[in-house]
Amino acid sequence: MKILVCISNVPDTTSKITFTNDNTAFNTAGVQFIINPYDEIALSKAVELAEGGKGTVTVINVGDASTDATIRKALAIGADNAVRINAVPRDAWFVANQIAQYAKDNAFDLILTGRESIDYNGAQVGAIVGELLNIPSVSIAKKVDIAGDAVTVEREIEGGKEVLTAKLPIVIGTAEGVAEPKIPNMRGIMSARTKPLDVLEPSTIDVLEHIVSYETPAPRGTVKLVDASEVEKLVSLLHDEAKVI
Amino acid sequence: MSILVYVENTDGKFKKSAFEVVSYAKSIADNIQTDLVAISIGNVAEDELAGLGKYGASKVLNVDNERLASFVNQAYASIIAEAVKSTGAKLLVLSNSFSGKGLAPRIAAKLEAGLADGALELPTINGDKLTVKKTAFSNKAFATLELTSATKVIALSPNAYETKEVGGTATVETFAPNIDQLDFTTLVKEIVRATDKISLPEAEIVVSAGRGLKGPENWGMIEELADVLGAATACSKPVSDAGWRPHSEHVGQTGIVVSPNLYIAIGISGAIQHLAGVSSSKTIVVINKDPEAPFFKVADYGIVGDAFDVVPKLTQALKAYKGI
Repeated sequence: MKILVCISNVPDTTSKITFTNDNTAFNTAGVQFIINPYDEIALSKAVELAEGGKGTVTVINVGDASTDATIRKALAIGADNAVRINAVPRDAWFVANQIAQYAKDNAFDLILTGRESIDYNGAQVGAIVGELLNIPSVSIAKKVDIAGDAVTVEREIEGGKEVLTAKLPIVIGTAEGVAEPKIPNMRGIMSARTKPLDVLEPSTIDVLEHIVSYETPAPRGTVKLVDASEVEKLVSLLHDEAKVI
Repeated sequence: MSILVYVENTDGKFKKSAFEVVSYAKSIADNIQTDLVAISIGNVAEDELAGLGKYGASKVLNVDNERLASFVNQAYASIIAEAVKSTGAKLLVLSNSFSGKGLAPRIAAKLEAGLADGALELPTINGDKLTVKKTAFSNKAFATLELTSATKVIALSPNAYETKEVGGTATVETFAPNIDQLDFTTLVKEIVRATDKISLPEAEIVVSAGRGLKGPENWGMIEELADVLGAATACSKPVSDAGWRPHSEHVGQTGIVVSPNLYIAIGISGAIQHLAGVSSSKTIVVINKDPEAPFFKVADYGIVGDAFDVVPKLTQALKAYKGI
């Protein structure tokens, strides 16, 4: 089984998010970048599926050279080889087209992405890749089982879950629960340095959207504390003042 | 520029998120003085469909076919894209629900349309350009996104826009796509829905608890409080990681992002990743025995106290208030 895992290079989850250039650009100063946590779940699942010679795992990232450290981490976790499309990601349509182009040329059985990236939260790339390759996509998978070319996926729905059956090839966006995160061991880290990382030039794709500006949430007022012995007062405040009950 | 809105049903009934997207799309339609057409897929009764008129749809396209009774991502996307083309709509609105997240990018790709996912407010439309505010950095920030494509898609965050009854009526028309050409390779085998539970992303009140609860055996009081409030239950990441509660209850940057009217956090310290998932809640109440817990800094109301003491008392007080 040939598996492609799409990874995104995102700010660490503990990062404080600020902006520069009059709130038009993300301030990367002092920010640590990591593999998007949902993509790491996808990668862990791919490595699990490929273990014991059952397949190969390729990771793909659309980014400039600054993402190489994140790609090496993915190789340390267990991907066999990596591809970087040498372009700053512009919008989901741009990124998905680059990935789809590479996937078309290399016929993968399974394409995994995280359910969404934790920076732009688009949750778009996987489904667009599916559309461009004309294969099915499942966007928020909680559980993935593959036997031969038969795929069973549990997907999140409001207030429950839906179990789907499908066939390879397919694109799946993974959420928590799909795989236990794999921690790179020393052998993995050593071998990651010598695993192939190909850098390919992007195709020309027109973008459909762009971000004009950013803002951070307005701070809330000071907390109103209620004494633990006066919970009735909290009930009144929620009713009379906040008007939420 | 006419507008099409896709309305999702659950077992033949429209839920709040459906009325939200219709109300939202109606406001846009009024702003640019055009009609609003809705499309529904699945087995929905005529009066339920016509009821969308109350929220501002003037016409409802009904796709009723046995093979489309449950959600099939690829097939649904094809039908909705076809409806966009046949109605000449330049804007499609749908909910950024779990199914919507799967559908919207595929529809957008078919139409080469820009997609604003997780939209939070009404867009500003200026000629061919549309800008709209959406979540970014997992709720730690917002982005104003500009769609520059000819056709555009907006996926509206659940709970971001209030439903508004405008009291009209809608005509229902059959819309019959060519079913045989659709992709049915993914098939629903089973749907498991906890009918007695309130869906977390759509909940107006959320009662959430963390490691301060000490163990899964202590969740009874959380569920009881949630019951009294008609709330959904949620938890912090360490709790779902430890297997005390299912991942589907994990609220935070890498879990579910919620924006209820009221979020009650019990025994959760308030790590930055958790706060990201709840920051757009209208009112936040924090109950924690540690007065230094960071959660208090972003809360509207707080009680410094032991959850095991405060929660049962709060449940009692709410019962008294509600006359239960």
